[in-house]
Amino acid sequence: MKTARKRDASAHSCRLITNPIRRWGWLFLLPTFAAFCVGFLYPFAKGLFLSFCKFKTTSKWTWVGLKNYITIFQDEGFLHAFWYTALYTLVSMLIINVLAFAVAYALTKGIKGSNFFRTVFFMPNLIGGIVLGYIWLMIFDGILGHFDTAVVLETKYGFWGLIILMCWQQIGYMMIIYIAGLQAVPEDMLEAARIDGASSWKTLWHITIPNVMPSITICTFLSLTNGFKLYDQNLALTAGSPFKTLADGNVIKTTEMLALNIVSSNTSNSKGPGQAKAVIFFILVAIIGLLQLAATRKKEVDQ
Amino acid sequence: MGMGQRKRLSNAILTAVFVIITVIYLYPIFLVLMNSFKSNASINTDTFAFPNSETFMHWQNYIKGMTFGDYPFLKSVAYSFITTVLSSALILICTSMAAWYISRVDSAFCRFVYYLCVFSMIVPFQMVMFTLSKTADTLKLNTPWTIPVIYLGFGAGLAVFMFAGFVKSIPRSIEEAAVIDGCTAPQTFFRVVLPMMKPTFISVGVLEIMWIWNDYLLPYLVLDRTKYMTIPIHIQYLRGSYGTVDLGATMALILLSIVPVVVFYLTCQKYIISGVAAGAVKG
Repeated sequence: MKTARKRDASAHSCRLITNPIRRWGWLFLLPTFAAFCVGFLYPFAKGLFLSFCKFKTTSKWTWVGLKNYITIFQDEGFLHAFWYTALYTLVSMLIINVLAFAVAYALTKGIKGSNFFRTVFFMPNLIGGIVLGYIWLMIFDGILGHFDTAVVLETKYGFWGLIILMCWQQIGYMMIIYIAGLQAVPEDMLEAARIDGASSWKTLWHITIPNVMPSITICTFLSLTNGFKLYDQNLALTAGSPFKTLADGNVIKTTEMLALNIVSSNTSNSKGPGQAKAVIFFILVAIIGLLQLAATRKKEVDQ
Repeated sequence: MGMGQRKRLSNAILTAVFVIITVIYLYPIFLVLMNSFKSNASINTDTFAFPNSETFMHWQNYIKGMTFGDYPFLKSVAYSFITTVLSSALILICTSMAAWYISRVDSAFCRFVYYLCVFSMIVPFQMVMFTLSKTADTLKLNTPWTIPVIYLGFGAGLAVFMFAGFVKSIPRSIEEAAVIDGCTAPQTFFRVVLPMMKPTFISVGVLEIMWIWNDYLLPYLVLDRTKYMTIPIHIQYLRGSYGTVDLGATMALILLSIVPVVVFYLTCQKYIISGVAAGAVKG
């Protein structure tokens, strides 16, 4: 009875506010929805469709079925870009998160100047990827020049260079999320551990880390998606150099990541495979997104 | 050594460590500043050396940089400003209105649009880039004054999601009171809802400004490049299209492009950090 009456009342109040708004739908919803159709829905649907076509311009296409997908899974450049991206993402995720957590942990210990350090560490995050790439290219080449080499000459330089660059950019960002998590750790739990004589190492493992798990989840997935979608920095730092010629004459850009590979194949003449790559790329990123959703949902249930 | 003393000592060591890290962190920016006053040859061979009487170029790199690459740098700066300000403003106004409508009307269609928005958040730009740039060309959305429509369309997802999350957290009763007092929907929105949205407004604004100001690929593909460049496009253009690059001029331009970002950061630091944290936690 009670719930029925409550529902009734809320339904009434819904209508009270809903009806006057509804009349203004064209003003409130239409601009965003129209732009959303132009800027997202239509390009997305057409892009999905074109991945099954052979085309040079969007208006001239012929249906080829799965042919584009078969082509790209035989494309060694694309496969290399995939594994290279996966390796880069895994390594950068581990390093960035460990360092960001360490910095956040130290900065919540109440040392002098914490706010100043926080401000400095976050700053590189505001600089765009292209500019970042060229700043670090100058630095790396400045160092490597003394050994008569350069970033674009060896794959390992390109790889670790990109890791260092991304650490510089992203540690501050992840640090902010970790600090928010660390500040939410219940003070009385830490106090209880201190009274019980737990070492700070034990307190960190058994109290702090379990309590900041939500932050760890967020940062892990953020660095996963950031790694997979990385483009600007990759373009500016090496743009795929050095190139390697295979026995069959194909050329592989050894430091080219997925996003860069897709963009460069879209400027070439046959555009079908490029669009198919983009669809695969989308599916990969979407899987990471869904895993993230599942992980955060599960946490909410656990608590 | 007592507990307090030991704690003080370890804190002092920690502070010292952080001072060192800070210096390392700021060093790249300092290097750009230093090298922007040096000659090309010395940037290449002695990247880490201070400029001396032989290598010091005064403002020459900056003067050269202004017109370097047959395109005035200030023009790119202006287009970056126009694109960023117009797009962010459009996104903030349109999506906050849409999010309010979606969460208050809550019809099947609204829920459908909402889930589409959430879906769009996980779609990478490469998925839509080819068709999007063609669509933008056809509809003449390829200028700094019309590209905001593209940014609104592609960026609506996160903004609607964040605004809707906020609207759901505020009680309907205040808006109901306004309606009973005879306010129309737009009056209710602009006088009652919008002022309450201020924190979310700032968070979304910061995220959009940072995204659009630094964005490279979208404007590169959408804008008519012979006429319009933004700062990231300009810098990439200098490096990409010239065999031997004028490093000094490039460093000068990089420094100039960082200055507005640093000023923005230092003046709105509090909002930027909390806005970014809010966006990360929700997105």
